[in-house]
Amino acid sequence: MLGVEQLTITAGSRTLCRELDLAVAPGELWAVLGCNGSGKTTLLHALAGLAPAAAGRVTVADKPLATYSRRELGRTLGILLQREDQEFWGTLADYVLLGRYPHARSLFGWNAPDEEAAVRALGAFDLKPLAAQSYGTLSGGERQRARLAQLWAQNPRLLLLDEPLQHLDLRHQLQTLELVRAAVRGAGKAALVVLHDLTFACRCDRVLMLRGDGRYAAGAAAELLQPERLEDLYGCRVRAFGNGPDAHFIPVI
Amino acid sequence: MSRSPLFPVLLVVAASSLFIALLFGTFPISFVQVFDSIFFPIPGVVQDVIWRLRLPRALAAFACGGLLASAGVLLQVLLRNPLADPYILGVSGGAALGALAALLLGAGLVFTNLAALVGALGAIAIVFALSFRAGDWNLHRLLLTGVVLSAGFSALISLLLVLAPQAQLKGMLFWLMGDLSHAGASDAAWLLLAALLLVFTLWSGSLNALALGALKARALGVAVGGLQAAIYFGAAFATVAAVLLGGSIGFVGLMVPHALRLTGVNDHRRLLPASALAGGSFVTLADTFARTVWAPQQLPVGVFTALLGVPVLLFLLSRKP
Repeated sequence: MLGVEQLTITAGSRTLCRELDLAVAPGELWAVLGCNGSGKTTLLHALAGLAPAAAGRVTVADKPLATYSRRELGRTLGILLQREDQEFWGTLADYVLLGRYPHARSLFGWNAPDEEAAVRALGAFDLKPLAAQSYGTLSGGERQRARLAQLWAQNPRLLLLDEPLQHLDLRHQLQTLELVRAAVRGAGKAALVVLHDLTFACRCDRVLMLRGDGRYAAGAAAELLQPERLEDLYGCRVRAFGNGPDAHFIPVI
Repeated sequence: MSRSPLFPVLLVVAASSLFIALLFGTFPISFVQVFDSIFFPIPGVVQDVIWRLRLPRALAAFACGGLLASAGVLLQVLLRNPLADPYILGVSGGAALGALAALLLGAGLVFTNLAALVGALGAIAIVFALSFRAGDWNLHRLLLTGVVLSAGFSALISLLLVLAPQAQLKGMLFWLMGDLSHAGASDAAWLLLAALLLVFTLWSGSLNALALGALKARALGVAVGGLQAAIYFGAAFATVAAVLLGGSIGFVGLMVPHALRLTGVNDHRRLLPASALAGGSFVTLADTFARTVWAPQQLPVGVFTALLGVPVLLFLLSRKP
């Protein structure tokens, strides 16, 4: 689904990530971990073709990223941005419908399938009762769900999620993670998820750790999510409870 | 969203504004005579006044308003700034500088328009060249370049006004305030307006996405670079066409899109054509005022677009949502 070869990403004079090789297969859920400023967002932007990489090759669905048209890419790959502008003129339903942009076939307004996809996406994130409400009146968490719903309406095969759980309450964090897992397991999509919550990272199949100095580690979650590695990554002491997908990590104060 | 009867209302308003423009003027013409001249034309003075004087001017005013309002909508999306209006990028400053220099040299109408065109195109080229660097178009740089260039133009314009002899001063001031009394044939402006509306109404899905910001629009699959360049040049040429017809008629490009947004028209599929209709009607009415209120003295239409527009916009702003 996603192939990365020798990808180097820089920010100013810093090399965030050097010669990254990565292969993400359909049905795989990846957690991307790292400290603040370690290049997680920059990496996602580079994979989505939103920012240029210093070197390397990216293929999406076996096709070089550079050969996609923007609209074609929008049907295959979707990205949840960590930050976006808060202003939007319309209702929540208008906002979610914009996710159908790369699929739109009609020059005037949306087709029935577009509207159905938007309604399904609204339902998935418990947003149906708010559909007619002006986007500007939504709370931070509701907006986060609206962005997720927009991405679900877009329905790409490769999901790049930059901190999808931010602003969400506990129930909606769980619900979002379950929806991501269902999309990956059930619908054969692949997802790269930037997370700071290690409990959720343990529910992913594989982990990519970015050190922020060019070094990285990629591998099975069970292998990489070890207290020593996490202490090394985050620079604080970590204690583990349980193991495997049920593990919990708590910083030692 | 409920379908309000926006377009029927706007079409009636547009037709009425053109009719009113034919009806009123220094030469008294009755309601019946206007109808007669449309449906049963009889050669004569009435016929000439309506078809040779008032109609061309009304059409020029309408095209002017439609172009300015459309350019305002486009630039507000492009720059994502509610204060953006057609003159923010220095187009009108360049045109005014060219026109005033020509007027100062005692040039006729044709040469003045030519000088305005050269000035406007020069401003477009300078702003674009300075703000565009290989593959990267920074909109903050675009906005600032336009504003800085406008400031420079306005300094030069002030200088020309100070240096101008008394005889030329009034004509120059009229040009600056926006004046349709020398408006020529508006065929080209109508053609441009129609093309602009067609292209960007078909493109309005992308405009809606771009209103969320360039990065977000690209993430949704919009080819942002080409769209932004098209918006810039579309708005710039619309402004040039409007300025060549009526000078710098102020306030239309800023006020009309905001007034429509405040009444709940936000989707660009509707906002763009609605702005063109409302802007056209508005300038046509303002120009009819301008040439009748103090007849036979003709006043610059730009004064009336502001005088009529300010209270309307203030009312809409103070209304409870």
